[in-house]
Amino acid sequence: MQTYSALQLLRRAFGGHQSWEPLWRQPALKPAYDVVIIGGGGHGLATAYYLAKEHGITNVAVLEKGWIGGGNTGRNTTIIRSNYLFDESAALYDHAVKLWDDLSQALNYNVMYSARGVMMLAHTVHDVQSAKRHIHANRLNGVDNEWLDPEACKAFCPELNISDNIRYPIMGGALQRRGGTARHDAVAWGYARAADAMGVDIIQNCEVTAIRRDATGAIEAVETTKGTVKTRKVGVVAAGHTSVVMSMADVRMPLESYPLQALVSEPVKPTFTCVVMSNTIHAYISQSDKGELVIGAGTDAYTSYSQRGALHITEHTLDAICELFPMFRRMRMLRNWGGIVDVTPDRSPILSKTAVPGLFVNCGWGTGGFKATPGSGNVFAHTIATGEPHRINAPFTLDRFRDGTLIDEAAAAAVAH
Amino acid sequence: MLIIRCPICGDRPELEFRYGGEGHVARPAATEALDDQTVADRLYMRTNPKGLTVERWRHVHGCGRFFNAVRDTVSDFFVTTYKAGEPRPDLDALKKEAVR
Repeated sequence: MQTYSALQLLRRAFGGHQSWEPLWRQPALKPAYDVVIIGGGGHGLATAYYLAKEHGITNVAVLEKGWIGGGNTGRNTTIIRSNYLFDESAALYDHAVKLWDDLSQALNYNVMYSARGVMMLAHTVHDVQSAKRHIHANRLNGVDNEWLDPEACKAFCPELNISDNIRYPIMGGALQRRGGTARHDAVAWGYARAADAMGVDIIQNCEVTAIRRDATGAIEAVETTKGTVKTRKVGVVAAGHTSVVMSMADVRMPLESYPLQALVSEPVKPTFTCVVMSNTIHAYISQSDKGELVIGAGTDAYTSYSQRGALHITEHTLDAICELFPMFRRMRMLRNWGGIVDVTPDRSPILSKTAVPGLFVNCGWGTGGFKATPGSGNVFAHTIATGEPHRINAPFTLDRFRDGTLIDEAAAAAVAH
Repeated sequence: MLIIRCPICGDRPELEFRYGGEGHVARPAATEALDDQTVADRLYMRTNPKGLTVERWRHVHGCGRFFNAVRDTVSDFFVTTYKAGEPRPDLDALKKEAVR
């Protein structure tokens, strides 16, 4: 693999930058693999990367229906944080935050991780109590999180309107300084490039049409639009389409797929140096390195695979943005789009083996999966390689819905549900 | 915004309605004798299909009544709506009709 460095940049500059190689190969689908990953988004590519890197399993195919990172990886608002309430979630998301820290170095690819701080606003007495409860729980779990009064919120984010004559005045905020953003496309490309270099085959434009099982019920092969692949292990990392893929193996999932919208403004000069979220009035916002304000809206009220969403959902979010940040009132919005998110009943993900031998599933990240990409891939790779869950993802089983050991982050998992 | 046909009130905007999840998920009889998996199946497991789905809606800012609908989850097109208690329509027949 060609490495990236200042020296390389200089050297290739003499050739007019004509000599850079493609980031990954375009291999043909082989007839058999040790592991097949269905879904070439951030989580799937990270899984393949850690399978090769930490478990020495390189005979892996990542099958992607469209192009890699073209689903929710390329559609999210790139917020990274780990201030979840329960011990299980804090461990899982903080595992990811720790991996984010030196991910650019590990992949030799700049994922532009920027720990600029994520501030979650409180607008009601209940918000304040809930935020403080989270802060205490986080600190006990070694996750940084601190309480700011309205003036401190304003000092951290000068654009914020903390006057008390707005509909939902700001009563304070919880700040996780290690939270921030990363460049979503770079995450997919960085993992793809590093996995490819270790021998993983990334097959794009390859849709899975069937999952075949042998007489004992175990996974035998996967049928795709590019032919049949024999394999004994399949990892399904298909986000909003997980129910569809799992139904090919006759497994019913506790998932509902909803459209989740986001939008960006016209690009402007750097002005907004942090990430601000408000769960109560439903807005979250940051500024990308291109200068666009990146704004996240909510899910639609009904399940859908339409990859768009209703206008009144984004309107509702923009109402909140205009009230919290009056300086943005005249900004024009450039684009809005929708992605399909798979929501579980307890709003916690599923990283689990299944009743079908050889079939593993990583799904249910709902409206907030991007932040977990490295951690999710890391522990899911462990689960596939060893057949047993990693200590961190052991609570996130599919069986918890039968056993009643839910990880009920509905109140904690930010917005939209 | 969707226009949804309430079987009692007629066409109304989406904002008047509340989504009620998958339709025809029947509560099993003799719940005290059920095993955990059966309870979990009813409470949590969902078909979540890509294509025609049968679902419940409630006209919460109108007549207040629950009803069922058949909707295409790819286009969000409502194929039909019908009153609660009426039998589940044959989706295969509806699909053929949609093609025609």
